[in-house]
Amino acid sequence: MLRCIDVFKHYHDIDALRGVTLDIAPGRTTVLIGPSGCGKSTLIRMMIGLIQPDQGRVLFADVPITPANVLALRRRMGYVIQEGGLFPHLTARANVTLMARHLRWNRQAIQQRITELADLVQLPLAMLDHFPAELSGGQRQRVSLMRALMLDPDVLLLDEPLGALDPMIRFDLQNDLRRIFQRLRKTVVLVTHDIGEAAFFGDMIVLMRDGRIVQQGSLEELLHHPADAFVDRFITAQRSPLESLEPT
Amino acid sequence: MIRCALLLILSITTTAFGAVTVGSKSFNESVILGEIAAQSIRANRIEASHRRQLGGTRVLFDALLRGDIDVYPEYTGTIEQEILNGQPLASFASRGISMTRPLGFNNTYAIGVRTDLAQRLGLKTISDLRKYPELTFGFTNEFMDRKDGWPALRGAYHLPQANVTGLDHDLAYRALASGSIDVTDLYSTDAEIAYYKLVILDDDLHHFPRYDAVYLFRSDLNPIAVAAIKRLEGTISQAQMIQMNAQAKLQRVPEAQVASNFLATLGIRTIPLRETNAQQILQRTREHLFLVGVSLLAAIFAGIPLGIIAYVLPRIGQLILIVIAAIYTIPSLALLVFMIPLLGIGAWPAIVALFLYSLLPIVRNTHEGLREIPASLRESARALGLTPIAQLSQIELPLALGPILAGIKTSAVINVGTATLGALIGAGGYGQPILTGIRLDNVALILQGAVPAALMALAAQGLFDLLERLVMPRGLRLQPEHL
Repeated sequence: MLRCIDVFKHYHDIDALRGVTLDIAPGRTTVLIGPSGCGKSTLIRMMIGLIQPDQGRVLFADVPITPANVLALRRRMGYVIQEGGLFPHLTARANVTLMARHLRWNRQAIQQRITELADLVQLPLAMLDHFPAELSGGQRQRVSLMRALMLDPDVLLLDEPLGALDPMIRFDLQNDLRRIFQRLRKTVVLVTHDIGEAAFFGDMIVLMRDGRIVQQGSLEELLHHPADAFVDRFITAQRSPLESLEPT
Repeated sequence: MIRCALLLILSITTTAFGAVTVGSKSFNESVILGEIAAQSIRANRIEASHRRQLGGTRVLFDALLRGDIDVYPEYTGTIEQEILNGQPLASFASRGISMTRPLGFNNTYAIGVRTDLAQRLGLKTISDLRKYPELTFGFTNEFMDRKDGWPALRGAYHLPQANVTGLDHDLAYRALASGSIDVTDLYSTDAEIAYYKLVILDDDLHHFPRYDAVYLFRSDLNPIAVAAIKRLEGTISQAQMIQMNAQAKLQRVPEAQVASNFLATLGIRTIPLRETNAQQILQRTREHLFLVGVSLLAAIFAGIPLGIIAYVLPRIGQLILIVIAAIYTIPSLALLVFMIPLLGIGAWPAIVALFLYSLLPIVRNTHEGLREIPASLRESARALGLTPIAQLSQIELPLALGPILAGIKTSAVINVGTATLGALIGAGGYGQPILTGIRLDNVALILQGAVPAALMALAAQGLFDLLERLVMPRGLRLQPEHL
């Protein structure tokens, strides 16, 4: 679905990406994980064309992303960022329907799609008339997800979507998100720094460090066959303290 | 038959030449002389208007060259030093400018003493001062500093006095009256000469240059109007001019009435034009609103796009911001005067100057407002697949609305205040009564301009506050606890 072929990205004096080649499998959830500054956010933003690679290519359905086709391609991808990125001057409904209105969908189609999506993300319809500032963090992420799904994209890209939420809300939303991913069977790319979250969502986990991919595979593979000492350390470091309390 | 022919010629000449515009500088004597010229031209059945108190020499002379005005009173000393600047008087002819002969009085620097002191000591000339080294001199600060002021005077007359202080012009008169100084400098037709009963000592060594009053006029001026102002040559004595200045400044007789009274002594009957206070205020309000409204509207329509360009194209943007900031640093008065050679006098040069002045807050706030939009929101708009135009119109501009409106508000308030200076180049507005008030030392008149100007500034502020409430989306007014 999405392919990165040997991409490089250099900022001022930082090498954000140093030769990444990655194939995102269609219909599955791929999680990009790694310590901060490893290049995972740069990579996902490159996939939606917010950043151009200095070297290498990014292909969407075998078509290279170029400035000429980026607008059309973006409309086939949904993008959710930490804290939602909702426009504060628009109501939740206007945020969700912005692109559809821009593309001159008819009112009925828009209304129908909104009802479907609100049901999918479990947001009461009345909430859609509120402004982002009047919604809770969890509700904002649900609206943001609706906005990303409005045009029924082929791919859903989520950059730390749960990063700013407190644990209880996060837990609820994690479950809802996984249910949604399973129901939609879309190609999903999710960025996180939390190995638990990666394991929870990911069919495929891609571990990155210093602008390179260290290892990709299932959690099992990463856990039992770490490519190097870093993989081992990264996973062990995040092991829940609760585990040590469990009876052996 | 002859009368018919004369009337015919008269009507042809009046229509061919049109109305005459008289100008005057922003001090009493100039306004009175302007009024005298306008009324005597009118007495010859030629339409004449008087654009009173237009700034200084530069403004008036440029306006005369351009034909914005046809006549204005000037002084030979000023013509020599400020206008001709070493060129011969004949150069006027090639520029289409003519000059009357002196009107009769010489308004130059003069040395004055109290009449009783002059009589007691027998002072008649400046040379007489040499005999009384114990006299106290108090000169205006300007006169103390000028090359042709006190240092030159002392040298020319070998004056021995050591007790010399510098002080303010108005204070000098009071100090003289109270006896704390004996001698001061003044202009030889100052209104106060009569009021404080002062005597002007004769400049027997001809130290001070002559400032004979004359009219400068365009050579293509209607010959009948030329005859009317030439009729005034040699008719105004020093004593008469002092008297007229005193009437206008100290007794607050309207200049039009002062001029009319004087012309009556020459047998010229005129009716001074008068307006009621309410009419005047209404007229000033209309003029002021016109200046502010047109210039501000233009600044909004130019400023917001310039701010957007500055944001979209940062390199050109830097240049735009620098140029506009540079314009802003030009003192407003200088900017107004720069406009005269390009656009003449009146409302339009003032509007252009005000427009340029109003640009900075609008351009800068638009640019800043757009730049301060959080990167996450800007990226969200791009990631959705909105076209650049839609990103700007649907997301970025609405998000920057607050700063943009604040910029317009700042511009409006500055504009209302600065527009009062427009009166100096004949734009009218609330500056007109302020100028007159300063000229006549009349606080009530100053307030007639200053109070409505302040009210208009407040109203502009209120209007934009209201507009902000109406057009700002509710979502932006909510205090987001965390977005």
